Amino acid sequence: MNLLAFNLPLVALIPFLGAPIAAWAARFNRLASAWVAGIVTFLSLLILMPVVHIPFDNDTLIQSWSWLPALGLDFAFRLDGLSLLFSFLILLIGLLVILYARYYLSPQDSMGRFFAYMLMFMGSMLGIVLSENLIQLVIFWELTSLTSFLLISYWQYSQDARDGARMALTITGAGGLAMLAGVLMIGNIVGSFNLTDVLASGDLIRQNEHYLTVLVLILLGVFTKSAQFPFHFWLPHAMAAPTPVSAYLHSATMVKAGIFVLARLFPVLSGTEAWGWLVGGAGMITMVLGAYTALFKHDLKGLLAYSTISHLGLITLLFGFSTKLAAVAAIFHIINHATFKASLFMVAGIIDHECGTRDMRKVNGLLKYMPHTAVLAMIAASAMAGVPLLNGFLSKEMFFQQSLVATDHHPLSWAIPIIVTFGAVFSVAYSLRFIHDVFFNGEPQGLTKTPHEPPRFMRIPVDILVLLCLGVGMVPVLIVAPILTVAVAASLQGVPPDYSLAIWHGFNLPLLMSSIALVFGAIVYFYREKLFRWHDENLPRVDAKTLFNRVTHGLLVLSGKISRLFDRGSLQNAISWVLLSGVAATLYGFLQFDSPLFGDRTLLDANLLTMVQVGILIVASILTAVMHHKRLVALIIIGVIGLIVSLGFVKFSAPDLALTQLSVEVVTIVLLLLALFFLPQHSPQERSHKRLTRDLVLSVSAGVTVMLLAMAVMTRDYSSISGFFLENSKPGGGGTNVVNVILVDFRGFDTLGEIVVLALAGLGIFALLENLRLPAPLRDIDGREWSHDPHPPIMQTLTRLLFPLMLMVAVFIFMRGHNLPGGGFIAGLIAAVALISQYLANGIAWTNARIKVDMHKVIAIGLTAAFVTGFAAMFLSYPFLTTTFTYLKWPIVGKFEIASAMIFDLGVFLVVVGATVLILVELGKLSHASHSLAQQEKK
Amino acid sequence: MLNIAIITSCVMVCTALLLSLYRLLRGPSVPDRILALDTLYINSIALLILLGIFLQSNLYYEAALLIALMGFMGTLALSKYLLRGDIME
Repeated sequence: MNLLAFNLPLVALIPFLGAPIAAWAARFNRLASAWVAGIVTFLSLLILMPVVHIPFDNDTLIQSWSWLPALGLDFAFRLDGLSLLFSFLILLIGLLVILYARYYLSPQDSMGRFFAYMLMFMGSMLGIVLSENLIQLVIFWELTSLTSFLLISYWQYSQDARDGARMALTITGAGGLAMLAGVLMIGNIVGSFNLTDVLASGDLIRQNEHYLTVLVLILLGVFTKSAQFPFHFWLPHAMAAPTPVSAYLHSATMVKAGIFVLARLFPVLSGTEAWGWLVGGAGMITMVLGAYTALFKHDLKGLLAYSTISHLGLITLLFGFSTKLAAVAAIFHIINHATFKASLFMVAGIIDHECGTRDMRKVNGLLKYMPHTAVLAMIAASAMAGVPLLNGFLSKEMFFQQSLVATDHHPLSWAIPIIVTFGAVFSVAYSLRFIHDVFFNGEPQGLTKTPHEPPRFMRIPVDILVLLCLGVGMVPVLIVAPILTVAVAASLQGVPPDYSLAIWHGFNLPLLMSSIALVFGAIVYFYREKLFRWHDENLPRVDAKTLFNRVTHGLLVLSGKISRLFDRGSLQNAISWVLLSGVAATLYGFLQFDSPLFGDRTLLDANLLTMVQVGILIVASILTAVMHHKRLVALIIIGVIGLIVSLGFVKFSAPDLALTQLSVEVVTIVLLLLALFFLPQHSPQERSHKRLTRDLVLSVSAGVTVMLLAMAVMTRDYSSISGFFLENSKPGGGGTNVVNVILVDFRGFDTLGEIVVLALAGLGIFALLENLRLPAPLRDIDGREWSHDPHPPIMQTLTRLLFPLMLMVAVFIFMRGHNLPGGGFIAGLIAAVALISQYLANGIAWTNARIKVDMHKVIAIGLTAAFVTGFAAMFLSYPFLTTTFTYLKWPIVGKFEIASAMIFDLGVFLVVVGATVLILVELGKLSHASHSLAQQEKK
Repeated sequence: MLNIAIITSCVMVCTALLLSLYRLLRGPSVPDRILALDTLYINSIALLILLGIFLQSNLYYEAALLIALMGFMGTLALSKYLLRGDIME
């Protein structure tokens, strides 16, 4: 196997594999999980390395596997310049953040959990940027929403963290759904979900009548993720996360995912008037609003949060210009913003760490306490402000240039440079505040500890990032030009335009705008006290959180009201709705078409035996309804119905079903009796005549409808898919029992899903019932005391004798299941009944002392066996769950067939036994616990 | 000859089934009804064996075998419920 054939999916999936290892490593040593996270990230980077040269050769690497060919879906990955740039940002800044977080997290914080979340998030991000298939991109997109939820709510005990995380998840998750709709529409228009095809069909999409809908849906996803107005409000609340999370999510990753999609779909969606107004408009508002608000935040991270929003707005605005040069500037600014913002967040974390607060009214004059960090912060903040010789200056210069020329033809274009400069003024002002308030401006006030420099290795990530800011700012051609060129080429899907990365462009308008921003920014900062006062007095306070809570609460109430219209919390009510709609739909169907109700197929003869069975069935069914007030009696009668149904299965040649039904009958009776012990013994009488009549009419009409439908089908000749299975069972699956071959082979995937559900149900019930105490009735239904003999000897002896016989039958049914009625499912039920019989007759303590198998482990082994059979086929390069079979010759036994499906069937068997016994015994323990409770109370 | 015997037995078993059903209907006590269910199970075994002989099929025996092995479990659980309420202790 050549690693290079599938290294792209590995890059994205290795972090997911590393996450549980990181969590597990924390058990032994706190720092081990940090090491695991670092090594996993490095490994991901290493696996990416061999193909890094491909984008630089102007090539695109695509690795694709068929996923759901029927729907045109591929599991496909793509590496071009844009993916490469983002992968580098994610992995390199990820490495720095991991190093930083190792020193940031305090001993009380669980490192395992943090790094596990972190790795999962990293994997999701890599999945987004490396996806070739758009549906797959959306899946990873939603995964980033989920994992960022976990990261933001990392300090679970904090109300702010939980609220912030929930808000982020709601907003970005909803946006993701909108994007999914947009992607589906694109797939529908283009006829493919592969980016290669989509990127080539820009004209097709732009000329489509649904272009505007597609654009709005995609932009909803982008704007929510990248915190663009009016969805920006989740980002400041996400600051409740630990600072390494903020540094990662809000510099290089999470919020950049939206920008990434803008860059990715730029050749497809851009260039129209709608794009210009929507993207440019949202970007411009966000940029100015963010920059303005940032100045008024006293919290260091709050300032950085709004500054992030503002810079994201700037990038979005650039994309909104739709020109090639604007795209260059946007991608350049993505790189620059990632470097200076990550370092600034890290500095904020260091200050928080060393001072115990992030309030800029308290944190002052830190220069002499932490000179090294102060210098780093000042350089990064200057880059953010756009000071010459730093990277932020270059991309801002390009941005100003574009704001002047990009919209020449538009009547409002003269306003754009002015608004942009206005935003830049505030950008300078808040950067200045970050520097001056924190590191100068007197002495720190009211700090609980004396700040000092952080540990050396905590500062190294900041060192590296700031060096990058300087390097890019001074020698951009050396450091950033190559990767920028390929990223732009990939984003534009064409030759990148000529652009200059020179530091000096002569005296021109952009330089003038930069100077105005710097000078007026300083002035605004100088008069900030007045501005703060004016802001507090004159501008209304909009609390996004309250508004958001009110809206979500309103939505919940509304949906609650709508569901209450139909669901009044009563089972009868719910069933009557289902029956009513069923009858109505069938009636509509009957009236709609005029074909005869019944076909002309000859009916089978009815003999005495059948008549008697059917008679019993009818009488017993009616009796259940009549006697349902006495619950125990109703249960006995249901047992009769089950028996007759099994006999019916035998008559109609469905032995597998009959055997299953018989075993299920026993388990059902035991289960219901276990529960009935704690429930009222009588159902209340329905007194109202009106209600009785209504229910009677409804149930009779539903019954007649079902009968007519069944008759309509059965009186016609029809061909089902069973012919295929009958023909292919032996040659394809190696068994003559079609039912079993379908279960373990043709529809093996379904069965796998079903046993997973069964296992989960078993574990779920275990979790629900564990430690539950219920009051047990002290007397029986007629007020008599319970018998004092818990385990009558006759019962004990009989069941002990039968136990090995039942197990033998189970083994027999299992072994021959592939060819004759039987198989893992029925055998599992029989074995479970055998075990249950021992619990019934001899008690839980006696049986547990003799059967020392933990049913959890049985379930686990069963699931593992089933999955291993599936994956074994994949290792032999067959599709998942492909089975094989061969014939063996043993002495005495003779020639018999052995199929790999049998291991799968064994898995089914174990899961069925484990789950059934686990559920029933857990219910039994419940009564055991309450019994001793009752006895204690008696004493 | 065998056929006549089988058919006669079938009729008799069916009568037994119906009589058990009557007991289930009438009761009057819960043990009566449990017994009716148990008898129905026993009668079903007889019926299946008879049909197996008549149609010369093994599959009927297996259904009969399973009823014989597990049918009593329901009766057992129900009786234990009457005695102790708590069937698994």
